[in-house]
Amino acid sequence: MTRIGKAFAKNKAFIAFITCGDPDLETTAACVRAAVDNGADLIELGIPFSDPTAEGPVIQGANLRALTGGVTTDKIFDLVRGLRQDVEVPMVFMTYANVVFSYGAERFFSTCHEIGMDGIILPDLPFEEKEEFLPLCHAYGVNLISLIAPTSENRIAMIAREAEGFLYIVSSLGVTGTRSEIKTDLESIVSVVRQNTEIPCAIGFGISTPQQGAKMAGISDGAIVGSAIVKLIEKYGKEAPAYVGAYVREMKEAIRKVS
Amino acid sequence: MTNHNGRFGVHGGQYIPETLMNAVIELEEAYNHYKEDKQFNQELTELFNEYAGRPSRLYFARKMTEDLGGAKIYLKREDLNHTGSHKINNVLGQALLAKKMGKTRLIAETGAGQHGVATATAAALLGMECVVFMGEEDTVRQALNVYRMRLLGAEVIPVKTGTGTLKDAVSEAMREWTSRIADTHYCLGSVMGPHPFPTIVRDFQAVISREIKAQLMEKEGKLPDAVIACVGGGSNAMGSFYHFIDDADVKLIGCEAAGRGIDTFETAATISTGRLGIFHGMKSYFCQDGYGQIAPVYSISAGLDYPGIGPEHAYLHDIGRAQYVPVTDEEAVEAFEYLSRTEGIIPAIESAHAIAYARKIATVMEKEQIIVITISGRGDKDCAAIARYRGEDIHD
Repeated sequence: MTRIGKAFAKNKAFIAFITCGDPDLETTAACVRAAVDNGADLIELGIPFSDPTAEGPVIQGANLRALTGGVTTDKIFDLVRGLRQDVEVPMVFMTYANVVFSYGAERFFSTCHEIGMDGIILPDLPFEEKEEFLPLCHAYGVNLISLIAPTSENRIAMIAREAEGFLYIVSSLGVTGTRSEIKTDLESIVSVVRQNTEIPCAIGFGISTPQQGAKMAGISDGAIVGSAIVKLIEKYGKEAPAYVGAYVREMKEAIRKVS
Repeated sequence: MTNHNGRFGVHGGQYIPETLMNAVIELEEAYNHYKEDKQFNQELTELFNEYAGRPSRLYFARKMTEDLGGAKIYLKREDLNHTGSHKINNVLGQALLAKKMGKTRLIAETGAGQHGVATATAAALLGMECVVFMGEEDTVRQALNVYRMRLLGAEVIPVKTGTGTLKDAVSEAMREWTSRIADTHYCLGSVMGPHPFPTIVRDFQAVISREIKAQLMEKEGKLPDAVIACVGGGSNAMGSFYHFIDDADVKLIGCEAAGRGIDTFETAATISTGRLGIFHGMKSYFCQDGYGQIAPVYSISAGLDYPGIGPEHAYLHDIGRAQYVPVTDEEAVEAFEYLSRTEGIIPAIESAHAIAYARKIATVMEKEQIIVITISGRGDKDCAAIARYRGEDIHD
C-alpha cells in the first residue's frame, strides 16, 4: 500500500495545508512537525505562486509573504529533504501548473521522487489537461491528485475512475477560504465517487471548525484544512507552530470521533 | 487551425479549475450552436451596424502618407465604433450569446477600461447585471472610464492584489466566476484565457479584417502589404489579421508594449522577453522569472500592460506567419502626438504603439505599397496620463 493509502487506512484522515516559506522555511518546517506530532495524517505543502487564481485572500496573502521572503522551488525541495529525515506521513505538493512547467516537468517530478513527495495537487490542471504531466507523474511515482467540484455533476464518474492517491472534493463554489456554512450536496457527490473508485476521498475548501471537520470526515474519508491554519501562521508568525499543533490536535480529535 | 481543446500548435488549452470546466463546456456548445444560427447572426449584425456603427471606416491617411514619403497608409477606424474601441465587437457577440444561454449577469476584467465600458454598455442595452474588475492602479490611470462604467450601471471593483493591473483583474474575474456560475457569464475581453474564449473572441473580432479586405479591394483593388496592430492579449490584432492569415504576401505585424525598453524589467513585451508557460487558463508565452512566477510587467498603456499573449498569436509567432515587435512608451507617446497633429485623430495610447512602428517601416517601403494600421480605440481616455508623462498636470 502507498503512503497515501496508509494515511486513510486506519481512520478518517486530517489533512493540513501549509504554504511553504510563510513567513520563512524554518517556521514551515516547525509547523509541519507540529501538525504531524498532533495527528495530521497527510501534509499538503503549498509551493507559492505569484497569481494563485484558485485561492481566497488568506492563502493569496501567504503566497505573497512567502515569495517576498525569497522562497523558491529549489529551497522548498531542500525543506522537504530535511523534513523527510523524520516525517513519515505522506506529503503532497499543492501548486500551479506553471510552477511545474517552468521548472521543467521531468526535473520537477524526478526531484519529487528523490526527496520523497507522494503526490501533487494542481488546481489549474483539470481532467482534460492532465496528460500534460501524468506520464511523468507515473514515471516517477508521484500521484496526480484529481479534484471534484460542486459543479462537476456529469464529470464526477469520469474523474473518479481515473483518480489516484486520493480524491480532493471541493466543498463549495469559489476560492479557498473559511466559510460559515457548506451547502453543497456532498453526500451525493461522494456516493458517485464510491461507485467509481476504491481510492479515498477527502473534502476541502471552507472547513475551519471541529464541527465542520467532523461533519465532512463523516461524509467522506477525511477533511482538508488550509486557510484556517494559514490564518494562525499569519497571526502568530514564528510563534505559530505551537498554535498550529494545538489546532490540529483539536481538529483531529473531532474527526477521530467520527471514525 | 484549432484542434482538441482549442489548441493552436502547442498553445491554448483549458488550464482552469475543475469548478469552471462545465461552464466552459456549456459555453463551447452554445457557441457552436449559435454561430451557425441564422437569427443569432442577424441580431448580431443588426447590433454591429445599427448600434455600434459598423462597418468602421478604412480611412486613407493622406497627410501621414505624404509626410512619411513611403507606403500608402490606411487607418482602420475602430476608434469610431460606439464606446470608442474595437472591444464592442466582441462584447456584443458574447453578451448576446450569454443572453441566449439564459445568463442574466456579465462579469469582465478591464485594463484601460475600454472592455469594461463596452461590457457595461452591452449589459445596459440587453438588460443584464454587470460587474467589472479593474486593477486599482488602472482605476487611477483611467478614472474617466471608471466613471463611464458606473454611469452605465455597472459595478466597478478595484483589484488591490498583485500589481493592481490587468493580470490581477483577470485573476479576480476568474475567482468571481468560480463562485457564481449559474447566472453569470465571464465576458473575457481578449483572445486569451481557456478554450473556447480565444476562438470566440477572435471570431467576433474577425469582422475587422473582413471589412478591411473588402474596403481595400474597393479602394485599391488589391490586398495590403502589411497589417499592423497593437498587441496586449491581442484581440484587435487577431481580428485585424484573421482574414489575411492565408494571404501569405500580407505581412502581419503585432506591436507589443516595451514600456521603458525590452532590456529593462519595466516592459510588457511578451514575445520579446517571455517564455512558454501556463497561466490564466492557457499555454502561451508569458513574462516570468526562472521559477515560473509571473512578472510584474509595465507599460504606459493600461490595455497592453499584460504579461501574456493570446495562444493564437503565440502560434502565429512560432510558425513565422506574424511578426511581433516591441514599441517603447516614448515611441508610443510620440506617435500619439504625431497622429493627433498630422491627421487630427487622437488614438488610444494602445493603438499609438502600432502607429509608432508604421512610422518606422513606411519610410522604407515603396510608394505603391500599402500599410493598414488598426486604430483600436480613441485616445480621449489617455489625455490626462499622456499630459502627466509630458510633465503637465491636468485634472480629468
